[in-house]
Amino acid sequence: MSVEQEERAIRCLVAKVGLDGHDRGAHVIARAFRDAGFEVVYSGLHRAPEDIVQAAVQEDVDVLGISILSGAHNTLVPKVIEGLKEYDAFEDTLILVGGIIPDDDEDELKELGVAEVFGPGTPMEETIEFIRNNVPERA
Amino acid sequence: MDGPQRDGSATPELGDRDAELVEELLAGSHRALARVITRIEDRAAGHRAIVSALHEHTGGADVIGITGSPGAGKSTLVDKLAAAYRERGDTVGVVAVDPSSPYTGGAVLGDRIRMGSNVGDMDVFFRSMSARGQLGGLSMATADAVKALDAFGKDVVVIETVGAGQNEVDVVRTADTVAVLVQPGSGDDVQTLKAGILEIGDVFVVNKADMDGAERTLAELEEMVHRREGPTKGLETGHHGFDAPEHPDDPVDSDASTTDEGPREWTPEVLRTVANTGEGVDELIAAFDDHAAHLRESGEIEATKRRRYAEEIRTLVRSDVGALAADEIERRGGVDQLAEAVRRRETDPYSVAAEVVAPIVDCVETSRE
Repeated sequence: MSVEQEERAIRCLVAKVGLDGHDRGAHVIARAFRDAGFEVVYSGLHRAPEDIVQAAVQEDVDVLGISILSGAHNTLVPKVIEGLKEYDAFEDTLILVGGIIPDDDEDELKELGVAEVFGPGTPMEETIEFIRNNVPERA
Repeated sequence: MDGPQRDGSATPELGDRDAELVEELLAGSHRALARVITRIEDRAAGHRAIVSALHEHTGGADVIGITGSPGAGKSTLVDKLAAAYRERGDTVGVVAVDPSSPYTGGAVLGDRIRMGSNVGDMDVFFRSMSARGQLGGLSMATADAVKALDAFGKDVVVIETVGAGQNEVDVVRTADTVAVLVQPGSGDDVQTLKAGILEIGDVFVVNKADMDGAERTLAELEEMVHRREGPTKGLETGHHGFDAPEHPDDPVDSDASTTDEGPREWTPEVLRTVANTGEGVDELIAAFDDHAAHLRESGEIEATKRRRYAEEIRTLVRSDVGALAADEIERRGGVDQLAEAVRRRETDPYSVAAEVVAPIVDCVETSRE
């Protein structure tokens, strides 16, 4: 008998890492996620990978969306993933990367555990659909 | 499984995985703590068992509530407070509550952006929560999240919320010490505070005190705080009247001005801070400490805690019984159908309510015999 209504919401962290001050995209994404009914935590600008890990672990997010337009993804994303593993939070976090990512790098990132990379011009619905379909099940 | 057990043995059962989670939390795993708070927020199956298992480990933390209008600087101040507590060796938990959209349920939880002084410091556990649930649910979820942080071993737990309505007032009342933040030049703001929020403040803070109008706002608050010792005092004790008789030093007569602690009455402090620079933060912490000491020495802390647990019990019972009633409504075809019947004048709301509640009443009566 389930007396209490379970109130599950998809929680996302929209993160800006490194020396990249372009956050318009992250803002637009955050609002779109909100309007899709997600709970969005925004990291703010210029975060170090450890900060992102701290936020992702403490906020216990289902989805971590990292926005990088600076080209430093090959350095920063692995650090974030490493940190998540350290806190045992890698397995059930859906990691997405948005920004300018060359195709070769995209493959590499996916190898590391990034679920999908969304480049410029990706329709918002596509990203949201992807999240809905791939958000990790929690026991 | 959640919910009232039929035989009345009330302790919720802890599943194996949840027991593990509780153990990990108590052992200091951040991941487990985060997980437990998520379970609490989701009102997920088994969360009650988790919270009841944690209860015996709580009571160690000073719980501080911070409220104020949007833009008053709450998040920035909380950030500086957390840093100052860390400086003196205390570990800190923060629960920041933000509103969610009533239409989509979505929310942007932005308080974390201000946590610049504590990024990378895992001994500050910062958690954003959205006002997800319906009435009463939010304060319950917040109180439970605070318990999780308390059991985890945090020395100080800060609850941060916009002071904009009954829901928020309920949230912040789960704290032992409440600070109300005001920004300068907000004469009207101070006016609006009169309704509801003023009564709950133990400390009033004029933030952004380097701005024009700070002195005036300070003066206004001072005046209001002293005025509150008049008419609202009786109101306050009346409000939590049920615990009044348990005070050994309570006079029997109900004269409003004497039912309180008498000479040990806490007079709210009015302080000034500039959260951006950290000015006044140490004084604020000193005021929190004073209030905590006052609560302990006057014995008021026990009354406060009793009052809070009484509210929790009531909320839980209400929500359980409410859920039983909701099931019963579903069984009778759903509330829309019942409402339509009322609209067609086939029945009336009172009769419908009586019919819905009747089986519950029957059960209660039968089990009492």
